[in-house]
Parts: sequence; C-alpha cells; structure tokens
Amino acid sequence: MGASDFSKLPHIGEAIRRKEDYRFLTGAGQYTDDINLANQRVAVFVRSPHAHAAIRSIDASRAEAMPGVARVFTGKDVEGKMGGLPCGWLITSTDGTPMKEPPHPILAQGKVRYVGDHVAMVVADTLQQAKDAAEAVEVEYDVLPAVVRVEDAKKGPALHDAAPDNRCYKWAIGDKAQVDAAFAKAAHVTKLDLVNNRLVPNPLEPRAAIGSYNRASDEYTLYVSNQNPHVERLLMTAFVLGLPEHKVRVIAPDVGGGFGAKIYLYAEDVALTWAAKQLNCAIKWTCERSEAFLCDAHGRDHVSHAEMAMDQDGKFLALRVHTDANLGAYLSTFSTAVPTILYATLLAGQYTTPQVYCEVDAWFTNTAPVDAYRGAGRPEATYLLERLVTRCAWEMGLGQDEIRNRNFITQFPYQTPVALQYDTGDFHACMDKAKKLAEVEGFAARRKASEARGLKRGIGYSSYIEACGIAPSNIAGALGARAGLFECGEIRVHPTGSVTVFTGSHSHGQGHETSFAQVVAARLGIPIENVDVVHGDTGRVPFGMGTYGSRSISVGGAAIMRALDKIETKAKKIAAHLMEASDADIEFAGGEFTVKGTDKKIPFGQVALTAYVPHNYPLDKLEPGLNETAFYDPTNFTFPGGTYIAEVEVDPATGVVRIDRFTAVDDFGTIINPMIVEGQVHGGLAQGIGQALMEQCVYDRETGQLLTGSFMDYAMPRADDLPSFRLDTNATPCTHNPLGTKGCGEAGAIGSPPAVINAVLDALADLGVKDIDMPASPSRVWEAIQAAR
Amino acid sequence: MQVQLKVNGKAATLDVAPNTLLVQAIREQLRLTGTHVGCDTAQCGACTVLVDGHAIKSCNTLAAQHPGAEITTIEGIAAADGTMHPMQAAFKECHGLQCGFCTPGMVMSALDLCRQSPQASEGEIRDLLEGNICRCTGYQNIVKAVQQGQAAMARA
Repeated sequence: MGASDFSKLPHIGEAIRRKEDYRFLTGAGQYTDDINLANQRVAVFVRSPHAHAAIRSIDASRAEAMPGVARVFTGKDVEGKMGGLPCGWLITSTDGTPMKEPPHPILAQGKVRYVGDHVAMVVADTLQQAKDAAEAVEVEYDVLPAVVRVEDAKKGPALHDAAPDNRCYKWAIGDKAQVDAAFAKAAHVTKLDLVNNRLVPNPLEPRAAIGSYNRASDEYTLYVSNQNPHVERLLMTAFVLGLPEHKVRVIAPDVGGGFGAKIYLYAEDVALTWAAKQLNCAIKWTCERSEAFLCDAHGRDHVSHAEMAMDQDGKFLALRVHTDANLGAYLSTFSTAVPTILYATLLAGQYTTPQVYCEVDAWFTNTAPVDAYRGAGRPEATYLLERLVTRCAWEMGLGQDEIRNRNFITQFPYQTPVALQYDTGDFHACMDKAKKLAEVEGFAARRKASEARGLKRGIGYSSYIEACGIAPSNIAGALGARAGLFECGEIRVHPTGSVTVFTGSHSHGQGHETSFAQVVAARLGIPIENVDVVHGDTGRVPFGMGTYGSRSISVGGAAIMRALDKIETKAKKIAAHLMEASDADIEFAGGEFTVKGTDKKIPFGQVALTAYVPHNYPLDKLEPGLNETAFYDPTNFTFPGGTYIAEVEVDPATGVVRIDRFTAVDDFGTIINPMIVEGQVHGGLAQGIGQALMEQCVYDRETGQLLTGSFMDYAMPRADDLPSFRLDTNATPCTHNPLGTKGCGEAGAIGSPPAVINAVLDALADLGVKDIDMPASPSRVWEAIQAAR
Repeated sequence: MQVQLKVNGKAATLDVAPNTLLVQAIREQLRLTGTHVGCDTAQCGACTVLVDGHAIKSCNTLAAQHPGAEITTIEGIAAADGTMHPMQAAFKECHGLQCGFCTPGMVMSALDLCRQSPQASEGEIRDLLEGNICRCTGYQNIVKAVQQGQAAMARA
C-alpha cells in the first residue's frame, strides 16, 4: 500500500485518545525504579569530585567491611575483563586520518576526566548502606589542570594520550575553493559569531537500571530506562562484555522521557550487568537528579563563525562556516555524528545557496560527554543559519520574511551542496500560513501599544528543515555508522482476529501504543481496541534500532506496513481458498475480503481463525498461522520543515523577555494522530524556548566544577514561563515511505531558538543591541542593553 | 518507629526509621509506585500527594511527621470500579501527559489547585502549577486539562 492510499484509510488523521494513558493516570505505569527483583542489592557509584586528576590510590577496605556491603568494584576489577564504551560513529578527518577514539573505561583507569566520572561501584543490601560505604571509599587524587571550553582545550594539557592536542577530528564538507570564489565576487557578506549553549536533557525520570543474572540458565537480564534496548544489548554484548546476545535480555519498560539522553550505552548499565554475575544477585541503581546532571550525556555546546555571501538582491551565493564542537571528556555513543553528519549536512536549510562549506573541529574537555539531545545537530544548524539569515535581512534592508521568500527552494527533488536530497516541501506555503496565523499585519500596532507601556516588542522568523528517519543503512555506513539504521516490525494475528504488534522502536512518551495501533487497525479494518503494541523488550521483539531522530513512524511504522503487506498477501490466499476464488480476484478493504465482481465476502476475523484452525485450508500450498515480520531500511531521510514566528515583549528596565505569541507551521507529511503530533510540537517548543531564554549548563572555567548541578541552579521551563502556542500544518507527504510521514518529535526544539532570539534582537534593535547569545536571560538582556548605551 | 496513617482510605501502620521520607514510605513500604521521585531538591513535584487534602511534596517531609494523617496518592482517586476521577479523565481527553512520569504529581497538584481556586484562570493555573515540572508537554495541554477537570469537578 502506498502513501496516498494509506492517508485515505478511516481513522488516519483522527485524534484518537491514547491507549497508554489509563495506566499512567492511575499510577499503574511501571518505570524501572518501580521494579524490584528477588535477591536484589543496590549499587551506588563513587564519582570523581575533580574535573581532571590522576588516581594515586583507592582503598576500599574500610567500605567493604561496613554492614551490608557485598563488594566495592574499582577500575582494577574490570581492567582486562571488558572493553570500554564504544563510539557508534567513526569520523575521518579531512587529512584522511581516523578520529581519535581514546579508551572510555567502565570504571576509571588511572585518571578521572570530568566531575562525576566513575571511580568505583559499591554494592550493598540497602541504599543507605551503599551510600554510607561509598563515603568510606578512600581515593587519593593528584589534581591536574582542567579544560572546560574549546578555546582552552586548544592550548590546554592533554586529556588523553591518544589525542595529544585534545582534538578528536578536523572534518569538513563542501567545496572550499568554489565557496571562496563565490565570496570573492559577492556584493555583500554578512558575518556572525555565535554560541550554541550546552544543555542538560533532563527527562523527568532519572536513569535507572537493574542488572540480574540467572546461574541456572547463564542468562543476564537488564532492566534499563533506555530508548533503544536492542542497540543497548548489541553494544554491550558485541563491544564491551563479549557475551552472546541470546544470553542477554534488555527490557526498557515504561520510560519517563528520553530526549536523546537515554539513547546511549552508559558505564552504569555495563557495570551492573557484569557485577550481577560476579555476586550472583540482581543489582539496582537509580540515578539521583544531581547525579544525572553530572553523568547524563549533555547536548549542544558549539562555538561557530558563519559568513553568507550575497548578490545585490540578497540572493545567497555561498555559506562558509567554522564550528568548534565540545565533545566532553569521552566519546558518547553518537557524539561524533552530531556536529558532522547531523549538523553540517543541514546547513543549506530551505535555501538555494549554491555553495556551502563547513569545517568542524571536535575537542575533548573535562566536562560530561556531549551527545545527541532533541534534534541533535539540526537545532545547531538551524540556529546558526536562521540567525545568520535574519542578520542578512537586516543588513540588506529586507524583511525577515522577504529574504527567506527570495531564497526558498521551489523545485523538488532538490540536491543540496552538502549531501542531502530533499524529496518534497512547500516552503512558501508554510511561510504564508505562519504569517497569517501570527497576524503579522497587526504587528506594528501591537509594537506601538507595547511602547506606550514602556516595553520593546520584536518579531523573529525561523524557517527550518531537518533530516529525520535516520536513514539508509548503506549511506549511514559510508558516513561512519557502526550500526544499521533500519527498523523491524512483527504482526501477530491471533485466532480470533485480534492483533499484537511488536515494534523495534521504543515509546517513552510519544504515544506509539496508540499511533502504531491506529495504523494497524486502519489497515486491517478492525477496532483499535483489538490491537496491542509491544515494544522495549529484546526478549519479545525480534529486533530494533529504537527511537531517536523522529524515526519511529517513518521507519518503524514503515516496517509495520511492510509486515501488513505480507499479512494481507497471505490472508488473501486464505480468503481465496474459503471463497473458492482465484487469489488475484480477492480485494481487501474495511476489514472484509471480497471477490471482485461478486457479492461474496468474509470478514478478517474468519480468515484469522481459519489460519489457526486449518480444517478448511490449503495446507498443501500454505503454512497455517498468520504472523509476519518485516525489516524496513529507508531509501532516504525524511525532511520535515516549517516556518516559526515568535513575538516577544522585552522590559528594558529589567531585561525580562516575555513571549507574547508563538506561531509554528510545520510540514510533517501525513499525520496519523494530530493530537499526538501537536503534543510533540508543544514539548519541542518548550525545550527550544527553554534553550533560547533559560537553560544553560555551566561549568566553572578554572576548576571544571559543574555550577548548574540541580533544578535549583539549572532553569527548567515551568508552566508560567511559556505561552499557549498557535499551530498549523501544511503537508507535502514524504515520497519514499509507505505512509508519507516525515517525523515531528524534534521540530519544535529545532525551529524555535532562532525565532526567539531573532525576536529579542528585533525588539532591542533601536537600542543598539546587535547580538546576544542564548540563553537570553534577564541579566544577559539587561547587560546587552547597558553595553549598547 | 511506628507511624499510623490512613492511605487512600485504608489504615496502615508503618515501621519506619526516623529519617524515612514520606515518599520512601509510600513507594518502598506501601508499594504505591505511582508517586514518583524526579529530583532531590523538592523542585519537580513528581512526588506530590495529598496530606489531609493539601498537596505536598512527599520527598520533602518525613513519614514520622504525619501521624494520623490521611494520605491520598494517585492510586486512590479513581472510583472503586476503576473509573477515572474527572481530573484524570480530563488529562486523558486533553492529552495532558506524554511519558507519564510527572503526571501523578501533576494530577494531585491540580486537585488541590481546584479546591483552593475553583475559578482559577489560565494565567492563575500556570502560576499555581509552578511547583511541578513537565519536560514533555510544554504545559499547554496540562493547563487545558486542569481547566476541563475544574469544570467537571464543579459540575459534580
């Protein structure tokens, strides 16, 4: 079934209420910390208090003698017994040398490299005993100088022997000579320096894990709050512990948000799993929030210089970018892909810029590892480009909408100069719709009214594009991925016609149990109540690559559609047998099989029953049962895009920015459940606006201590920080997956930061403020106003 | 030490250490795991329960401080036959939750909010939800849910 037939099925596009909500609303959800196993102990990690230090000695003898303590594991215990954490994406520098991949040990070997680095794991009968014993582990450190920012890493002491200059890679994309030539003949060049602030993802459920081991079967089970249990198992078994996969089961039960932070294989997960066998028990670890600030993968942290060359009409000729990316102390699972493949390839944006060249230097620093956070590379690209484009507009004396309209791509498919081929889109339509919904024509009057109250009002535009549904395995492999990027789906039709769907993608708030069931119910013409969705368990789901990069429906849903194709093909043969017709004459619609040109029909349920009670069945030609599995590897990314318009009021006396209205018009292709899609956009906008105005992970530059180490210090957006949003969509369905979907999970976080900052700068323009970095907190805005005076 | 509580309408005698937090008693001793712990600084509100009808953060108070108290957790607000409380139903109807982790605390805060301010406007609701962090929804649908729950409770 193709995308256009799919979108016409009944209930596709309907805001069906979520099947999963009952358990979450009645306290019956089961998150990892809610689970307790028999013979379970508790682990606490001893973490480095220093950003950079040599470990002179560790004495755990006093701790091990304390009540209830089973063992204290240190680096010596794991050395030589397991590998370190692998990086999942290999980047090659422009000079042809491989990236520097220093060891990432499960427990520190000789040195610690960030505050929170794992030094020892204490296992005891109770949490209190483990905490007390962790305090008693005596570690002597020789403190070394710390580097926190990339500018310091360039000249600071080496963190790793494998990377003496602290550089992981020096990478580039695009044709530098062509770009330089275009700049040489440009009518105008606009330049911009900007920082993409480091963020802490902060899913509300802190990470948690229980490692357990069954000596009788020699099997491990790991419960873990994770976005992709099969990938976790693959990395842990194949790369770290050398265990056979069939002996390891990873279960990610209800997961309280991920946003990228739970994609990765973390040292804690490996240590718990391994130690469960050593102690022949289950071992549980639940991260505390202040601990999560230290040891969850952080996001963003780029410093960039960007230049746009234009002709006299404001048509873009070439874009030149240099970015320094802070990767933190070690390479987290997908960290290396973020500032390269997921970032620089998006720098064409929605525009026909004929030449783009981007250089990326990636650095090690004494900070927590940085990896993909909601949007992963695309927010960084969009922030840079959309800030630059608005500045181009101002320098050229054009409206923010006008410069975008002049440069939008209008012909599809469109090959960008930075590798991607966009299949479809209508950027002018999104812009027009957004302007109407934002009531842009009334802005001047609203600005006047604000001024009468002593406030500055500004409007900011952002037209983003992103690449979702990551992506063809062969291309990903050519670009350095160590894993495939397909998805798996299994459809198990039961004898009475109800269906269980097994999907390799994972739901941690995205509502898969509803939207996936909606797809299957619509396709089979059965009630949604008759479809259950199973995910998050390597013991039940055949395989999967998990949920990130807005890939679930476009890749995971497509795999389910492929499995449904197979179900339909087999079911038609069964129906043909029952109705004594030829296979080719059977049609299937609305839950019924009919014989073309006759009034013969049988319902789906009867075919299902026949498959399992095969008394009247073509057993000579067909196996009994109705159960099919499909693996789907996409042929391209999907490309959601849209235009966002922020309108803000700034109080020049206090620097406080208030978002008065926020408008988002997105192109997500086919929409299965608009309620869920809107919810995803709302959440993304909250995180993007949080980045723009509030959120900032701060390390002390001298000591490498984390200064924003709890919700007391790190400003999380709360209900009264945000407005209600104005949303609409304008669909151009994806041309290469069977649903026409594009992905919606990250759009809000990608498109909103530049819209907000452009609006703040628009508001402050006549005060002489030319630039401001995120987060535009009251103090920063106030200081910028004072500095401009 | 022993603490007598009435939890979701049922008497419970707990044997707790003096430093046992109320949330630990609820989660670990009573095995009512709908009440969640999202932070260690009493900032996120995922642990919110009703104590004698008032919403409090159960991570920020000791079990021993509440002898004889009536505690209501998320498990205690639906009808005996499982029918959701109007506020729970409103959260479902308005898509006021995604991952579900902050949700129990959010619903318990919403109940107290409606008791205190049955006529609260959108702005006041946003203000009154300041003690609960949601990282998924952007709050818009939570606010809508509280408004709808508020109206349903007023009718009931």
